[in-house]
Amino acid sequence: MILESPRVNKSEVERRTGWAIKPEGACKGALCVPLPGEAEEAEFVDASVLAARLGMALIHDKRHELWCLGPESGGRALTSAVAPTLILPDYQGRDFDLASLRGRKVLLVAWASW
Amino acid sequence: MWQELRTELYPKGLEIVTIALDTAGVEAAGPAIEAAKPEHPSLIDQAHTVDELFGIVNVPSGVWINEEGMIVRPAEPAWATEHAYDKLPIPADATKEQIDAITEGRKLLTEADRYIGALRDWVDRGSASHFALDPEEVVRRSAPRPMDVSLAAANFEMGQHLHRAGHSDDAVDYFREAHLLQPDNWTYKRQAWKLVDPGQRADEVYEGNFLKDLKEQGGENFYPALDM
Repeated sequence: MILESPRVNKSEVERRTGWAIKPEGACKGALCVPLPGEAEEAEFVDASVLAARLGMALIHDKRHELWCLGPESGGRALTSAVAPTLILPDYQGRDFDLASLRGRKVLLVAWASW
Repeated sequence: MWQELRTELYPKGLEIVTIALDTAGVEAAGPAIEAAKPEHPSLIDQAHTVDELFGIVNVPSGVWINEEGMIVRPAEPAWATEHAYDKLPIPADATKEQIDAITEGRKLLTEADRYIGALRDWVDRGSASHFALDPEEVVRRSAPRPMDVSLAAANFEMGQHLHRAGHSDDAVDYFREAHLLQPDNWTYKRQAWKLVDPGQRADEVYEGNFLKDLKEQGGENFYPALDM
């Protein structure tokens, strides 16, 4: 996830990575990873703290003053079988929420023009 | 390509959602979508977020999700129709490069009949279908993610962000780094190669190009065999 500051909004972390920052730590599904005390109280959390605790890559582009936080490492792409939150625009620009299809089976197909 | 199947299976409870992984967005993917006249959601993922979310490393890839929002098959090659790549003709006046490309292309594995047969079985039988995997198996079969893969994702995302912000030259080093960190991720390579200026060849900017990398990997390994 692209960051314009090394401090990252907690709700944005959850939206992009699925990791919710709760009093007990960074949580995804049944798994919670404790965070340092100061990270539990503020609206923002240091990307470097998340990177260290969750095994996420963190890179910094000095020229454009941007950071990018990669996904957690050390396991598999899926940490559980629960489908992640996914909201994307359709080709006419309307946001579509995958969760709106609960109650139906879904085949997701990733393709590309290239 | 998927609309015909959607017409057949939607009444039985299946929705198809296509997601175009295209940094250039609707400008790149829109014409093919409009030509297909889809009734199903046809989404555009300019930032390649689903690569990261589902561990997708090539296209086409499919993921099955049940009525409760549980993944029952993680990302794997997904074809709607068979492609007779093995019957690709070699024109009499083909260049050496074209012959090489067709020779590798003939080895590509597509298993549409098998995949769609399994999909129909799951739609009919739900969790009783032996193609629907339990949660532990879904996680186990999803792509491994060592630190190099996380670093590759961060570099690829930074490259895309800079490219879309008009800093294409600055994006190249990040794309190149992503390719080195995760060489088996074809979405990272194919996307970056596509963004090279039309006047240049991909291998003038990056270490590889499609044919070179395909020959190294072997056409027969480009799409892994379905584990069904």
